[in-house]
Amino acid sequence: MAKTLEFLTRTRGHGKLHWTDWFTYAYLLFGILLMFGPVVWLVMSSFKTDAELDRFPPRFLPYAAQTVELEGYSKPLPLYKVVAGDLTGETVAQVRRIGLTSQVVRLDAPEEIIKINLKDREPIERISIATENYTDLFSKFDFLRFFWNSTFITVVATVIMLIVNSMAAFALAKYKFSGRAAVMAMVIGVLMIPQTVVLVPLFIVTKELGMLDSLWGVIVPGAATPTGIFLLRQYMLTIPDEILDAARMDKASEWKIYWRIVLPLSAPAIAVLAILAIMWRWNDFLWPLIALSRSENFTLQLALNSFQGEMTTQWSSLLAMTVLTLLPVAFVFAFLQKYIATGIASTGGK
Amino acid sequence: MIRIVSFFMDLIDIPMRHAQKYLRGHTIAWVFLLPNLVLFGLFAFLPILLNVAYAFTGTDNIMLWDRTYVAGDNFAALTACSNYLDANSCELDLFWRSVHNTLLFIVLQVGIMVGVSLVTALILNRRIRARGFFRSVFFFPVLLSPVVVALIWKWILQRNGLMNAGLEQLGLERVIWMLDRNWAFAWSVFLSVWAHMGFYTLILLAGLQAIPRDVYDAATMDAAKPFRTFYRITLPLLMPTMLVVMVLALIKGVQTFDEVYAFTGGGPGSATTLIIQYIYETGFAGAPRLFGLASAASIILAVVLAALTFLQLKFTRKNADG
Repeated sequence: MAKTLEFLTRTRGHGKLHWTDWFTYAYLLFGILLMFGPVVWLVMSSFKTDAELDRFPPRFLPYAAQTVELEGYSKPLPLYKVVAGDLTGETVAQVRRIGLTSQVVRLDAPEEIIKINLKDREPIERISIATENYTDLFSKFDFLRFFWNSTFITVVATVIMLIVNSMAAFALAKYKFSGRAAVMAMVIGVLMIPQTVVLVPLFIVTKELGMLDSLWGVIVPGAATPTGIFLLRQYMLTIPDEILDAARMDKASEWKIYWRIVLPLSAPAIAVLAILAIMWRWNDFLWPLIALSRSENFTLQLALNSFQGEMTTQWSSLLAMTVLTLLPVAFVFAFLQKYIATGIASTGGK
Repeated sequence: MIRIVSFFMDLIDIPMRHAQKYLRGHTIAWVFLLPNLVLFGLFAFLPILLNVAYAFTGTDNIMLWDRTYVAGDNFAALTACSNYLDANSCELDLFWRSVHNTLLFIVLQVGIMVGVSLVTALILNRRIRARGFFRSVFFFPVLLSPVVVALIWKWILQRNGLMNAGLEQLGLERVIWMLDRNWAFAWSVFLSVWAHMGFYTLILLAGLQAIPRDVYDAATMDAAKPFRTFYRITLPLLMPTMLVVMVLALIKGVQTFDEVYAFTGGGPGSATTLIIQYIYETGFAGAPRLFGLASAASIILAVVLAALTFLQLKFTRKNADG
């Protein structure tokens, strides 16, 4: 298609953009806005004060009213610029607001209260980053606990999964044994029945094993994935058997062959699977929702979801927590997006 | 971490050497398969068997031996409708509502997703600068967790949110999106497409790039117009990939839960309650916990998914051969 278009544009003279090119770039620009825009908006909003979050229409940058501490007033007072009436041009501090009138004081004479019309004043604001949204997470909520739970589950589950899956993939790729076809059929069978449809018995098995409402109850049931076996087996099939035979000549045990030869040679596939596993586990929601019930065991995703009910009015903390949950993903994306893309394309998701 | 793992892995060599002495030929493979088979057995096969057992028993006892055998009552209850098109006429109207919702959801979601992904893949396949960058732009939301996706859009759609500010700019009335059945459903479909389209774009793009260049060269020789080239060459050659994408999207679409649940909670009313949410709420969130009913519903779901997966494997194989 590109060549066809090149041919078509050439007949219209060199360097000129065809309408399809305009469409292409317009589409891509719109794509950037639609895909990144909401995330940028979320991040910007997470730095806004409660008052600014309530403001309609919302503004892009986080502003906050400038305040001043005056003698005789316990709270800092917001500053206003008067734009009409007797005091035009002066800067005043607002003591309180009653209906459509605003009671203000001059900065140099805080005792004398002047009443002015609400419309006659404009707030004095500056860009200010409400870092308390973030610091509150640590003081008001047990954010570190959720973060630790999520990290622990992700790291341990990924390591277990990589070891167990690569062992099985090694057996299926490098040995001819009776029953191999049956095991492969079983792996495909498991692929067909996703976790989402065996929730009830999975819950009961986990409960019987005493792992319910513990982090292990989230880690272990998902540790053996058919996708992982497939991906690793396909890759291990490309490793020549001669290398293995040479090692056997040197009296290497089968375990050494797996651990010291095949596994390091499969590093690219392992890396792809590791990234995928980390993403799956970090973002996992349904199974932790069922397996974990005490909030001290919650993962970030669960905490975020349960707090959105409790904190409907407290968007400030919720937004900050969302940003922190999204941060590791953004980092992984920034550094590894190429590998993730190929990995996901080659496994067909999960 | 890696060192600790490494140390233990070297330790395993000792028992493995012993095992190797007593095993003939390639029987050692079973030792490597063992951990995986145990996990599969406990968390995949046993659950499948138990699921069937639970589906035929009633009461809210969790232990299988304390439950009473009710034969096909659970299935009968789930499918008891005088008119399948009208959820109100069903004994368990919430189940049928969730089935209706899921069907409508996947029809819209898969349709829109495949369309948008195809257009995006075609555009990314053109001679553009920074293709890698743009590819990852569309791919980025795939990595976000469903709860984060739900919160991002909830924030934009809230009463004082960006979307309403935009509407007011255009001189329109504000809408309380999440309280309107149709809007809540439409936005659920939208955010699910937003979150997953990058994945399908990637697969379609790989499919497009596998189409041999000389076919296009031949078309250029014949002075074929772009649209004709698209209909006569690109689309037919991309069809196998399209089929895989459609079936994959269907399989994932039927299992949609997280993002919609975090986004709407199934509401307003039951307007966005999907089938997985029904199973979750029947089996775990509600009181009494109706494990039998939830198991029966998930068996119905499993049959559908197994059929779809079978289709997918068939298409994938064809795709790989051709």
